[in-house]
Amino acid sequence: MSIMKKILTTSAIASIILGASAASANTLRFAFQGDAQSLDPHGLNETFTLGFLSNVYEGLTMLDQDLKVIPGLATSWEVTSPTSIVFKLRPGVKFHNGNSFNADDVIFTWKRTLSEGSDQKVRGAMVKNIVKLDDLTIEVQTQGPQPLMPSEWAWIFIMDKEWSEANGAGNAANVKEENANGYTLNHANGTGPFEIVSRQPDVKTVFKRSANHWNTIDSNITDIIFTPVKQAATRTAALISGELDMVYPIPVQDWKRLDSESGVSAIRGPEARTIFLGMDQFRDELLYSNIKGKNPLKDLRVRKAMAHALNLDLIKKKIMRGASTPTGLMIAPQVNGFNADYNTPYKYDPALSKQLLTEAGYPDGFEITIDCPNNRYVNDEKICQAAASMMAKVGIKMKVLAQPKSKYFGKVLAQNNYDTSMYLLGWTPGSMDVHNVLLGLLSCQNKESKAGLFNLGNFCNQRVDELQKMVGVETDPAKRQAYIDEAMQIIKDQVAYLPLHQQPLSWGVSDKFSVNQRADNAFDFRYVSKTQ
Amino acid sequence: MFSFLVKRLLQSIVVLIAVALIAFSLFKFVGDPINNMVGQDTTLDEREALRERLGLNDPFPIQFYHFITDAAVGDFGISYRHKIPVSDLIAERAPATLELSIISALLAVFIGIPMGVYTAIHRSGFISRSFMTLSLVGISLPTFLIGILFIFLFGVILRWLPTFGRGEVVAIGWWTTGLLTWSGIKSLILPSITLALFQMTLIMRLVRTEMLEVLCTDYIKFARARGLKENAVNFGHALKNTLIPVITIIGLQLGLVMAFAIITETVFQWPGMGMLFIQSIEEVDVPVMAAYLMMISLIFVGINLLVDILYAYVDPRLTIDGGSKHG
Repeated sequence: MSIMKKILTTSAIASIILGASAASANTLRFAFQGDAQSLDPHGLNETFTLGFLSNVYEGLTMLDQDLKVIPGLATSWEVTSPTSIVFKLRPGVKFHNGNSFNADDVIFTWKRTLSEGSDQKVRGAMVKNIVKLDDLTIEVQTQGPQPLMPSEWAWIFIMDKEWSEANGAGNAANVKEENANGYTLNHANGTGPFEIVSRQPDVKTVFKRSANHWNTIDSNITDIIFTPVKQAATRTAALISGELDMVYPIPVQDWKRLDSESGVSAIRGPEARTIFLGMDQFRDELLYSNIKGKNPLKDLRVRKAMAHALNLDLIKKKIMRGASTPTGLMIAPQVNGFNADYNTPYKYDPALSKQLLTEAGYPDGFEITIDCPNNRYVNDEKICQAAASMMAKVGIKMKVLAQPKSKYFGKVLAQNNYDTSMYLLGWTPGSMDVHNVLLGLLSCQNKESKAGLFNLGNFCNQRVDELQKMVGVETDPAKRQAYIDEAMQIIKDQVAYLPLHQQPLSWGVSDKFSVNQRADNAFDFRYVSKTQ
Repeated sequence: MFSFLVKRLLQSIVVLIAVALIAFSLFKFVGDPINNMVGQDTTLDEREALRERLGLNDPFPIQFYHFITDAAVGDFGISYRHKIPVSDLIAERAPATLELSIISALLAVFIGIPMGVYTAIHRSGFISRSFMTLSLVGISLPTFLIGILFIFLFGVILRWLPTFGRGEVVAIGWWTTGLLTWSGIKSLILPSITLALFQMTLIMRLVRTEMLEVLCTDYIKFARARGLKENAVNFGHALKNTLIPVITIIGLQLGLVMAFAIITETVFQWPGMGMLFIQSIEEVDVPVMAAYLMMISLIFVGINLLVDILYAYVDPRLTIDGGSKHG
């Protein structure tokens, strides 16, 4: 056999092998700006980490592509008394290591969420006790009525009791105990459609499709390689050069560039995150203002003046490249409890603003400083600057103090005594229910009841507090919506906040793939497919 | 020599403690680590408990004392973000940075010195002039811009080289290397050139200036008069005598190469220590930041010591005993 012939045969064999593997293996390579903090499902309650892990782990309930709650590891649930819910668990579910899923795993997981290193204590604490009725039936006894428990628990990922205990991971990985229970940081054993093959934090995580997943999912992806890429320019370059198939987030200013390239596109959609400005409404004198002896923001007319001074359409057009959704509510349309009737933004009317300021005794306006993150939300600093120039038109001199998120949050949050007069913040309720917003942002600050933790300006209205409590326990949808609507009306009339918009999601995707962009910015592999 | 070494070591320890103190007091201004460690729904009490557990409520001197005494025995604590010991984390990332910096330093030295010699000998040639113009670009453009330009030219437009990452690496014990795979070598090209460019141009210009000066001295004229070959004069006599300042600079720049690696690593998503440091700043991962700064200052101190010793070797006229002034 001549050498030439040999080469030809070898390459023919090689191409057959390559061809065969190309037909059966569909690999997706994607990048995000950071990495999941760890693989421990209870280590950090944060969208990216949990969204990442939702492909490996599953909860009793799950969120579908429209953020609706659907059955997960529980096939059904029934409220048997105000404080107890009976869950029927899904039969025949196997963890990735082959162990069967049963009631003991749920009880183990619940206890684990309450362990010291867990960041899911709030959701874990909704439950007082779990009684095992049989291997596949549990009765969850809640801490008071908790109608939202099933949807909140979509983010409590169920772990295998035997596997966790065998690997010394009975408690959530804890920053202080050296490696005592660090196994789960880089190892996972869930019930989800994808398994972890290997992981190097901050460098690379490899997934493969699980062979024994209980559900049939639409995706035809078999392997996934995830690499965090911090620099936006590098991410964009890697997508265009074809080294990556999907990257996010893409800066809004790069959209044009992606659209002009062939083979890739920028996919944008509304995120469920509402961006808003908050105002100090509790101090008798503002910390950062030239007005001494009184707090102008306590005056409803001043807050109204500010609301009417903001031109949300202009922010949308000039800063968000047309991709934001101006809002009048503190929640996005995807959030349970949203009522479009209340979503009309305050009218842009600088003349009215001036008039209101004059009536309030500030005909020449006043000075105030706004705190603003510069690496947390889409164009956050630019929004603050735009707001400042709009305020300047009605006489309010707003100084922008923009800082990186670690500095910003360290300054304005509770642990630093809400050291701010005005601030820009964004919020997505993790539960996708309005109650989370009513409790965290709109209830009076209260350390005992843990309300108002992110109500940095302490907007405080007794009726809204009452309504929040009623919304939290009401199970009748019509009555519940009535409470919500009443609260929203008060919030609007009182100008509790200055809602700006829902920011856009911005993903860069190769045309060879189809993805579903979920409004909470979680990347669910179940809805990705290779199309060519 | 021995007393010199002891004296230098003592000085080094003082320097290290000073660096630790300055670095540690700066961490206060980086922000609050707790917010990066918990989700938005975590209650105030839990945040406070975590803060207490990490010892962040202790007064500054106590925190610093704990840090120094632990660091003295090589314990830098546990990373807030990764929840594993910092020393493990740094050991995992060190190979990537060292490989990149060493390759860059070699590039800088072995391209920079010949270029410097060439431009000194052929002062007005076309090639010399273009080298000089190019070196201006290298010295004045910021590293991140050069990196991004390289990515767009070679990664996106020409598609010859990968735009990010380290490619496939091979593990040899605890060390990982990209030099043994084709994709690893391809991945190394752009970052190492980006990182080397500044040092390369610096070395080239330095060698050129020194050479020009030396070439005018009497002993070179005599060497020429003796009828020595041009190469023997240029390399045997002239270059050797220009090396003193060049060694100093190369030594100091080696440290800088690692420090500059932060930017190069960020642009190319190179999984080294610089990348780790940047991410730690963003997430206020104090133990990692502290360990990294200590390590870098240790390297600088070590290099300086080495340079001093090398001096004596290259130029026997310099005695280091007795604290004579030099440098």
